[in-house]
Amino acid sequence: MLATSRNFEAAAQAGLANDNLQRALGLARTGFPLRRRLAVERLPEFEELRESGRSIKDHTLQHLDFYLELYESQVVASGGRVHWADTSAEACAAVLQICRSAGAKTVTKGKSMVAEEVGLNDFLEANGITPVETDLGEYIIQLRHEPPSHIIAPAIHLVKEQVADTFRSEHRSLDPDRLLVEPRQMCDEARAVLRPRFLAADVGITGANFLIAETGSSIIVTNEGNGDLTQTLPRIHIVMTSIEKLVPTFEDAATLLRLLARSATGQEFSSYTTISTGPRRAGDLDGPEQYHVVLLDNGRSAMLGTEFQDMLRCIRCSACINHCPVYAAIGGHAYGWVYPGPMGAVLTPSLIGIHQSGHLPNASTFCGRCESVCPVQIPLPKMMRHWREREYAMKLNPPIYRTGLSAWAWVARRPALYHALAEIASRALGWAGRGRGRFRALPTAAGWTRVRDMPAPEGRSFHSLWARRQKNRAAM
Amino acid sequence: MSEARERILSDIRNALGRGRLDPARDAELRAGIAAHRRNPVPARATALDEQGQVELFVAMAEEVQATVTRVGSPAAVPEAVARYLSAENLPAELVMAPDPRLDTVPWSTWPLLRIRRGRAEAKDRVSLTPCHVAIAETGTLMLVSGSQTPITLNFLPETHIVLVRADQVVATYEDGWDRLRTGEMPEDLPRAVNFITGPSRTADIEQHIELGAHGPRRLHIVLVENGQATGSGEDEEHQAPAGQS
Repeated sequence: MLATSRNFEAAAQAGLANDNLQRALGLARTGFPLRRRLAVERLPEFEELRESGRSIKDHTLQHLDFYLELYESQVVASGGRVHWADTSAEACAAVLQICRSAGAKTVTKGKSMVAEEVGLNDFLEANGITPVETDLGEYIIQLRHEPPSHIIAPAIHLVKEQVADTFRSEHRSLDPDRLLVEPRQMCDEARAVLRPRFLAADVGITGANFLIAETGSSIIVTNEGNGDLTQTLPRIHIVMTSIEKLVPTFEDAATLLRLLARSATGQEFSSYTTISTGPRRAGDLDGPEQYHVVLLDNGRSAMLGTEFQDMLRCIRCSACINHCPVYAAIGGHAYGWVYPGPMGAVLTPSLIGIHQSGHLPNASTFCGRCESVCPVQIPLPKMMRHWREREYAMKLNPPIYRTGLSAWAWVARRPALYHALAEIASRALGWAGRGRGRFRALPTAAGWTRVRDMPAPEGRSFHSLWARRQKNRAAM
Repeated sequence: MSEARERILSDIRNALGRGRLDPARDAELRAGIAAHRRNPVPARATALDEQGQVELFVAMAEEVQATVTRVGSPAAVPEAVARYLSAENLPAELVMAPDPRLDTVPWSTWPLLRIRRGRAEAKDRVSLTPCHVAIAETGTLMLVSGSQTPITLNFLPETHIVLVRADQVVATYEDGWDRLRTGEMPEDLPRAVNFITGPSRTADIEQHIELGAHGPRRLHIVLVENGQATGSGEDEEHQAPAGQS
């Protein structure tokens, strides 16, 4: 997928001004965090599971080569094939080659962020194969030619009227006077339109939430059942996945599954969790004849052994996104690539480069909610800070920002000077604002005062008040 | 593609600052897998006795909009199924898993039920299957694929009816998985293992939860409180004699 993360500032402004987006985000802002909190409160062991989830992932990453080789040998033993792909281009080529060898014309797809990452749909279309997204949200945005704006709710940026308009303009064979007002009607329409597509597809492509090394299995988690129809009905099942999805055993997957649904949607367990191992067995009455796994690296192995290794623990639950005040204000499209919100602010620079995505780790208030809700305890704010440091070290920020930051750092490293300047500034501001107690406008802070007043300082800095207090105490 | 394989594996080893694992560590990791050690498991279901687990299973399943009918014995199953279909305004016609263990239900006592055995086709509206186990922790059904249990039955029809014997209820996902670990892995593992928790749903339009997105709109569980008769997807010797009191 082509990244537009460089346009973050303009896209964020546009998001703030988009009424439909703001209405849609308003629904998500409260719903996700509330449901997650209720689910977590119901499970006294939740913190213990987080610890366990973290150590499972850390252990696997420390021995990733071992578990990958074991996983591959078990996929082969169960009759499947593994296609290793270093880059997006290699992953797309592997899928195309499988489709071509089967003479496939249409492909159904379950939601896969890895497939979004490699730009699979555009690639298949350019090569004469029609991919049909089957997750309701993915289907809607495919019809609208939009990228997903959220990793588990790809059409979260839309209100139902927009969905109705899209269905009316795309489903032309249906009665134009049909009622299309409530989500129920739209769900039923999508179900009816997609059912024959499921049955006709030659190839089904899904992602994987986890891979089990012991058994060579892939796991998908869905609520709609679209992933299961996608991987059961066609002759060929292709799993698009990446190397960090691995866990050693089913027991390990079970722990992460307990964390996943609760962190994502606040459900106790998603409707469907399916573990697939190889193709149809002798005597089976259904299931695919071929089972392929496309295993993508695309920059992940380069994160191992660096300050960004912890990010490879991510299980893509979206809790950090759902609790991020920045995401809640601007939506996912502003981030300009597949992964939005805090996890995207760390992962995107790792996968496509900080020179393309420098705005993302800077678009954070560092409030820390993302880290506090992460089911595998990824220190997201810390890693965003690492990206800011790298960006500065690589001289990628604008000159005025660099000069300002250097000047501030120069002063901040000289405490006496810093305190003196702070004292002067706070006294001067306190004197200037003595009448009203706040400023409606400040010469260098228009960005702040345009939308709110700046309170005037009380006249003394905290440091000087503190020093005086300590002195008084000593004198008593 | 094998070039990519070597590149990825060597990149990983370089990043971890080592070569291939030494044989001792390799053996240690293999032993770790073979031990099938459980991570911390919530006490919610494990702390209960067998009857408590059955009650928890029913409560959790109903919480996610599955419906449950409890019957005393296999003999009562045909009537319960027929009554459910009629109450839901559905035809008395269903496609059933060709699992011989379902034959112990006396279907012929309810001749108005038209039953076909096999995998599901596009036109089928109602399916009926056994399950491997039922998991109390979250009201989850665990179903496995096989020559007698095609999994199209679990996803294609709008209504899915599942027969659960009370002694098939276990506490956790791990308990259900242990009952699959009978032969060589992965060769003897079923192609697909489905954990099903309530009917299909979506919240993709304005966070509004709608049932029946692509899979079944209705998930109905017929719980047989007494009797070994109806089917499970696996060996009888692994069934704990629970719920028989």
